[in-house]
Parts: sequence; C-alpha cells; structure tokens
Amino acid sequence: MAGETTTATPMLTEAIREKIRAYIPRYPSKRAVTLPALHIVHEYFRCVPYQAMAEIAEILEITPAEVHDTMSFYGFFPQAPIGDVRVWVCRSISCMLRGGEDMLNHACHRLGIHPSETTADGKLTVDFAECLGICDFAPAAVADDGRMFGPLTPEKVDAMIDELKQERKD
Amino acid sequence: MAEFEPVLSRNWNVTDGHTLKVYESRGGYQAARKALTTLDPDKVVGIVKDSELRGRGGAGFPCGLKWSFLPKDRKETFMCVNGDESEPATFNNRILIEKDPHQFIEGILIACFATKANTAYVYLRVEYFHAYKVLEAAVAEARAAGHLGKNIYGSGFDLDIWLHRGAGAYICGEETGLIESLEGKRGWPRIKPPFPAIEGAFRKPTVVNNVETLCCVPHIIERGAEWFKSIGTPKSYGPKLYCVSGHVNKQVCVELPLGITCRELIDKHAGGVWKNRKAKAAVPGGISMGLLSAEELDTPLDFESLRKPGCLGLGTAAVTVMDEHTPIIDYLYNCARFFAHESCGQCTPCREGTGWLYKMLKRIKAGGGRLEDLDIMANMANNMGIMPGTTICGLADGAAWPIKNGVAKFRAELEEYIKTHQDPAYGATTLQAAIAKGAYAVPHNGLPPVINSVPTAGALRSPHSA
Ligand SMILES: Cc1cc2nc3c(=O)[nH]c(=O)nc-3n(C[C@H](O)[C@H](O)[C@H](O)COP(=O)(O)O)c2cc1C
Ligand code: SF4
Ligand code: FES
Repeated sequence: MAGETTTATPMLTEAIREKIRAYIPRYPSKRAVTLPALHIVHEYFRCVPYQAMAEIAEILEITPAEVHDTMSFYGFFPQAPIGDVRVWVCRSISCMLRGGEDMLNHACHRLGIHPSETTADGKLTVDFAECLGICDFAPAAVADDGRMFGPLTPEKVDAMIDELKQERKD
Repeated sequence: MAEFEPVLSRNWNVTDGHTLKVYESRGGYQAARKALTTLDPDKVVGIVKDSELRGRGGAGFPCGLKWSFLPKDRKETFMCVNGDESEPATFNNRILIEKDPHQFIEGILIACFATKANTAYVYLRVEYFHAYKVLEAAVAEARAAGHLGKNIYGSGFDLDIWLHRGAGAYICGEETGLIESLEGKRGWPRIKPPFPAIEGAFRKPTVVNNVETLCCVPHIIERGAEWFKSIGTPKSYGPKLYCVSGHVNKQVCVELPLGITCRELIDKHAGGVWKNRKAKAAVPGGISMGLLSAEELDTPLDFESLRKPGCLGLGTAAVTVMDEHTPIIDYLYNCARFFAHESCGQCTPCREGTGWLYKMLKRIKAGGGRLEDLDIMANMANNMGIMPGTTICGLADGAAWPIKNGVAKFRAELEEYIKTHQDPAYGATTLQAAIAKGAYAVPHNGLPPVINSVPTAGALRSPHSA
C-alpha cells in the first residue's frame, strides 16, 4: 500500500515535492530516490520527522515503513531538528593519534553539551564521526556546509566554534 | 629505470586545474575521444586487461577482467562508481575529485563506453560536501561541452552521470552494500554470487569501480598498456596514490609507483616520524589491513608483498604511522570501536564479534583485562570473516586483522599492560568467584540459588598466570 498523507496540512511544500520528483527520472525505480529525498527534506527541516517520511513514501509509491527502514539505518538523519550548523569531529585512528578525542571533548566542554547534542541557542550541533576522509588535516573536523578544520588544537577548536556560530557558508 | 612521472596528480598544482578549460588545454578528453571514435568497446576492455590494472578500492581485483565478466547478451549495464571512501586514513579519492574532477569524468566516460553502460552513478559519501559541489559543477560543464549526453563525439554513445550521496555508513563502500543503498534500502551487503557483473544495481549487470581505478583508465588509453606495466612491481603495475597520516611531520597524499616501501614513504615523502621519534608500527593500507611492526617497515606496499608480514593486503594504500610512545592497546581499541560502530549487523559472527571485541578492549583498557583475553580475542578474530567463511562481506575480515596482527606482534606489550593496569573494580564478584571455584548451587543475596554447571577450564583464571 502506498503511504497516505496522515494529516490535512502536508509538511512538504510543493517546491520540496517538485525537487524530489525531479530525481525520479534518474533511476529505474522510484524507491532509489529515497536517499536523495531524505537529503532534500533534511536540508529544509534539519531533521526528518515521521510525517515527512510518510509523505516521501507517498511520492515514491512505497510504504512509510520502507522509508523509515532506510532512514534509520544511516547515522545521518536526526528525528528532531539539529542546530543551524552541524560539525563532526573525527575520532578515527589518524586523528585519535594526534589528539582528536581531546578536541571533541574540548569542543563539547566549552559548549556545555555532550556529543550529538545542540547548543541551547540552536546554532551548533557537535557530533563525533569516524574517519571523515580529511586525514591530511588530522585531527580534523568538517561542518555540514563544507568547511573543513584542522589540524586542530584546543585554540583552533575555540576559533572553529566561534566561526561556526556565525552563519552557514553554503 | 626511467624517472617516475606522476600522471594522476599532474593537474593538482595547476591554477584552476579543476576547470574544463584548463583540463582540455592540458590534453584532457583526448583519450576519451580516441576511445569513442577510433576503438570499439571490446578493444578498450582488451587494453585495460593487458595493462593488468588492479582495482584501487581495496580488493585489488583486475579491472579489465571484471569488465569481461559482463554477460555478452546484456541489454542494459550500469556503472556504479565507488566514492564512499570511508576506510580510516584514506583520502585520495577526495583529492582526485576536488582537484581534477574532469580526469575522473573522463575515466568514467571511457569505462562506460567499454562496458556499454549508458548510466553511471557516482556514490559519494555525504561528508564530501566540497567534492560533491566540485563534481556537480564539473559534470554540468562536461555535459554542456558534449563530453556527456547523447551521441558523444558523434560516436552514437550516450552517457548520463548522476551523483548519489550516501548518508554516513562505512558499509556502503562494500560493492553490494553500495548497490542496495543506491536502490534506496539499508546498505546491507548481498550474498554473492550472483556477482554485480551478472546481477547488480536494479538487478541488471553492473560494474562497481573505485574512483582512482577509473582515473587510471584515460592514461592507459593514452599511453598504452605497456607504459602502465613499465611502472611498479610484478603483479602490481602502475602509479598509486599513497596517503600518509598520523605521527608524521607531513600528512600527505602522494603519487608514486606501486611497490614503494613503507619506510621510504614515511621518511622521504612524509617528512619522517614527528618530534624526532621512531616509528613503532604502521597501518599499511587502512585499518582493515592489519599492522606492520617497526621491523617490517621495509615491506613494499603493493598487492603481493604485504602478505609476508601477515597483513591482509594493500587495501587503500593509506598509511597511518604510530610513534614509539603509542600504546598498542589504544590502536586496538580504536579499530575495534570503529568496526563495532560500522558493522551492518546482518551476520552474527560480525555483529557479535565486533561488539564483543570492542567491549573486551574497552575493559582491558580500563584496567579489567585478563591474560586469557588475548587468546579469546585471537580466537574470535580467526573465526569471523569471509575467509573462515562465516560472514557475507569483508568488513569482518577487516575487523579481525588488527586484532590478529596486534596480538601476534605485540603480545608482550599487551600482557604487560594487562598486568600493570589492574583496577580492583573489575575483580571477580563473590558470585563469579564461587562459580569459578565450581560451586554447584550458589546462595545469592537471599534469592534462589544460582544453579551452575561445572566451570570450563580457565574460567576467570588466566592460563598464563595460574
Ligand atoms: C567493508 C568494505 C568497505 C569497502 N569500502 C570501499 C570504499 O569505501 N571504496 C571503494 O572503492 N571500495 C570499497 N570496498 C571495496 C569494494 O567492495 C569493491 O571491491 C571496489 O569498490 C571495487 O572497485 P575496484 O575494483 O575499482 O577497486 C569496500 C569493501 C568492503 C568489504
Ligand atoms: S560481515 Fe558484517 S558488515 Fe558484512 S554483511 Fe555481515 S554483518 Fe554486515
Ligand atoms: S582519521 Fe580522522 S579524518 Fe581520517
């Protein structure tokens, strides 16, 4: 059964729906648009609530459970809104050897949050990550607007936080 | 031997090297033009086969041979380019895309022509935000200039390239996990056979190739198979991008002939070990490949030589250097945590194995280690993976290798660590101690007694310390 929209007021605007539909011709199956659709929704809402999943399902003619199944497998899509900027601090081997975990702790300590949490002003979410593929900058971090940081020191983490709290750069 | 001339990285330091204009001015798209207008697809497959180009994504499978497995009577073929690049310490694909996206697109174009694929999906890990933008712009440029689209160069060949972003899962780099993820599902690797060449994306014949593998292709077409085979060591031909990070003075990605030794890479190209220290060990090609000890650093980093010191292989040729002050327990713990986090959970030996290895190492690190843990870990490592035949994909082998190599090569240090890091908080509880002594019915906080069978030999005792 294709997912029915559960409430009268849809969450996804026509513009978002149009953006999702534009991906359909790229693939032999509509279901393949699941990840692109989740990314589009996530970009708008900074999270993927259940209703949005149901509406994606409706557009792609699959069940909400199928969208949820896919969504929940990946670490990328939060259920509740995250900060304006999300930054990942790497904890994998090359960064760890150069103090990556201390950098993560330092960032969280300074902001008074735990990894995966958002600051009270809603500006910044700090998360840990496995290797970000920027080990030439180890210990490194990347923000979800594409800014890369590293090699980090406690001072550079402070500067990074100040910079990230300004505004997105994309 | 002739002076080595880098080709994959030749545009990296050129101003605006990522633009079509500069790429074309430096001879770009000539190889594609040559292939599409003067060669037929099978001839291109033949040249790549003759070059003995081996996949750069980790497994080292011969590229031309893989292409020749596609069924002759197929109607539709898909190309999936593997840009998930998540093996810790690996970043060459990122640089290839960011600095020279057109070389990559030209490689895709020739590979698709050879394999008769009219659609290519580039599966790019989501964390490569900048690379995504660069590649998207380059694909648009290439399409506008007629390098992509319909009837390219008047050859009758059509090609569309679509970028497809992942969502933060290492396992989507495994080729069938990638395909499942592309189809909109969880990235659960498939049981093989059927291999993707027979039944891959959308159940159609599919080629999965790494970014760097495809970047080699235009140069092979341009300069010929013999040129490619004049570089490297037997069975490992061509140029390779080596990444070096960790405890070195200069963390770099550098193009060298396959087969350079780990020591030369560190000393000559990465500025040596940092802080004037000595190397204690090095990861040869991403953490899945295991560990080289300091004595083994003269091993050539190619597809064949790494088996001798007991490593899994060349992997992604990403070297992580550890200096003499690095506790091996930290390395093992970090690796185990990675694999426990990234196991997709389908196969019990991998899901439970990676989870238990992580828990054990966490306990050992925190001061609750027992000497027999080392044997238990080695035993687990020997029994998880496609090699012992207990799992669907190679993630489990990759999780096993750091343990196998680490325990075998640094056993004395690990034993010493366990002996000198004992936290009483981790001692056996009264109940555990009673069970270990063989008590049959143990009174337990006024609750009904715990009924216990005869304890196994060695329970809560160390075979080494008993
Ligand atoms: C757990 C796991 C992760 C992998 N990750 C990647 C990856 O990120 N990139 C990649 O190209 N290959 C990766 N591979 C290897 C692919 O399965 C596949 O062999 C490769 O993409 C084939 O391309 P090639 O022949 O051009 O190397 C991974 C394999 C396993 C088992
Ligand atoms: S070996 Fe591990 S990662 Fe691979 S399919 Fe099995 S559970 Fe998933
Ligand atoms: S290990 Fe941290 S970015 Fe690769």
